[in-house]
Amino acid sequence: MSIAADTPLRRFAVDFLRSPTAVIAGLGLLAIALAAIFAGVIAPQNPYDLAQIDIFDGSLEPGSEGFNGFKYWLGSDEQGRDMLSAMIYGLRISLMVSFIAVSSAVAIGMVLGLLAAWRGGTVESIIMRAVDIQLSFPALLVALLLLAALGKGVDKVIIALILVQWAYFARTVRAAALVEIRKDYVTAARAAALPPSRILFGHVLPNVMPPVLVIATVQVANAISIEASLSFLGVGVPITQPSLGLLIANGFDYLLSGRYWISFYPGVALLVTLVCINVVADHVRDILNPRLQR
Amino acid sequence: MIAYLIRRFGQALLVMAVMATIVFFGLYAVGNPVDLLINPEADLAEQEETIRRLGLDKPIHIQFGYFLAGLTQGDLGTSFVHNRPALELILSRLPATLELAFMGILIAVILGIPLGMIAGLKPDAPYSRFIMAGSVVGFSTPNFWQGLMLIMLFAVFLGWLPAGGRGETVDVLGIPVSFLTWDGLSHLILPAVNVAIYKMSLVIRLTRAGTAEIVHQDYVKYARARGLSPRRVVGVHVLKNILIPVVTVLGLETGNVIAFAVVTETVFAWPGIGKLLIDSIGLLDRPVVVAYLMLTVFLFVMINLVVDIAYSALDPRVRVKRGKA
Repeated sequence: MSIAADTPLRRFAVDFLRSPTAVIAGLGLLAIALAAIFAGVIAPQNPYDLAQIDIFDGSLEPGSEGFNGFKYWLGSDEQGRDMLSAMIYGLRISLMVSFIAVSSAVAIGMVLGLLAAWRGGTVESIIMRAVDIQLSFPALLVALLLLAALGKGVDKVIIALILVQWAYFARTVRAAALVEIRKDYVTAARAAALPPSRILFGHVLPNVMPPVLVIATVQVANAISIEASLSFLGVGVPITQPSLGLLIANGFDYLLSGRYWISFYPGVALLVTLVCINVVADHVRDILNPRLQR
Repeated sequence: MIAYLIRRFGQALLVMAVMATIVFFGLYAVGNPVDLLINPEADLAEQEETIRRLGLDKPIHIQFGYFLAGLTQGDLGTSFVHNRPALELILSRLPATLELAFMGILIAVILGIPLGMIAGLKPDAPYSRFIMAGSVVGFSTPNFWQGLMLIMLFAVFLGWLPAGGRGETVDVLGIPVSFLTWDGLSHLILPAVNVAIYKMSLVIRLTRAGTAEIVHQDYVKYARARGLSPRRVVGVHVLKNILIPVVTVLGLETGNVIAFAVVTETVFAWPGIGKLLIDSIGLLDRPVVVAYLMLTVFLFVMINLVVDIAYSALDPRVRVKRGKA
């Protein structure tokens, strides 16, 4: 076996590919991400370009054809928007919001967690007390009240999500860093008189990444779910930038008259995305869990 | 212990103060409730009279001062919309939410524990795999969409159950409850199931893990060896021991049920405190939102406190750790 075959990343990939369920979920996730990134190319219609939608094609059932021969595979909404296209665009907003929110939360949580582990004392107890308080309230409720105070908007949803998620990462990073800091390589780095920032970010950080990665994956699913719920409740993204949650909320009004597809398909897309992320996260956790290592 | 309690209450007060202040000034910045409240056909004098009556003619810091002065007398303000004290309004909606939460947890436990035990006793059977796959889906499904699908299936397509509202209520000790009339019960089923599904997935997982571990314990083997019927072994010896983690987690989840009731109540137009909160946010009814916030923060702090104290009473190791911290 060559040396290259045994890098941690390579081993991780080999382990990951061993589970068919995880591979399917991973591929599904990849497809979803690509569809969201290239929404403009893939979607049959730009649902927010008024020139492309026709009010006469409103509320069409899935599979029906519009006046100009356009096929509405998943039906159309009240304004004559193709649901499939609206979903792909909605997916883009849902994924973008949660991805930005979680990566910012990771960055903030990581800095605070490392700081708490390194400094100890008052700094640590203030940070960890804040974490405890934050985690003792349900994220949805805190985000809801924050958005009541901040008002609607994509940027505000992101802020609210960061504020309810940083604590998970701060706690995880601190716990992992406390273990790492006692190890010899950190003592060696200290003896070499490296600046603390270099020790923390250059040496400790890479070693606390595995648990952070697992939690980040789960939190992306959580963020998507919370964002959808907030948008459904009317305090999330504005009507001009509908995420999957807002699409479902719009369809709510038509559900009682039997036009189910406006709510149904965006929800299926949401569910498939969440299940894929959760399956991948479960598997990544198993691989990175030292207790399950072969 | 007393120092610990004082510290916890201090923290609770701090959180309440910070959140209440943010939300108070935030809602002021978001918009003017007067625009939504005043009859557009009223003349100028009437409009100004309303603004003055609601206290909205004063600058925000003066309004905040009044709010603080009211707090010292236990007055959380009066709803702009309903013209009733905010606290009284919330308390009048609380029974509906508690009934919903209670029914949801009840369904989750009644169905979740047997299903989890089945999956734990025969982990490789096809029906066990089916149960576990169902619990993964139940875990991942967004609560509000799940509610919509329940409405779609049972109210729109099948027409078996009403889509929303609370239905007929009966007063028990002066508190209106739904579950005693058929009409009320039929309105309660769908929202309660919607609350229950997520909890049920949780209970199934906990029960399965517990059962799988317990069936290999010596006392279960001994009970079997004594010739007790499988029904008795599972129903008494196993069940008793898996109840501990289930009860603990459900206790911790009570707060979450109330938080997520916001979603379920909005979907099913259930007149509880969650629906009240969402409506009040939409109408910028600041006193109600702030009062709701203070009440829930208080509730959560109390739940956490009770759980913590119960833990340290049950588990001496926790007490030692806290003494050091």
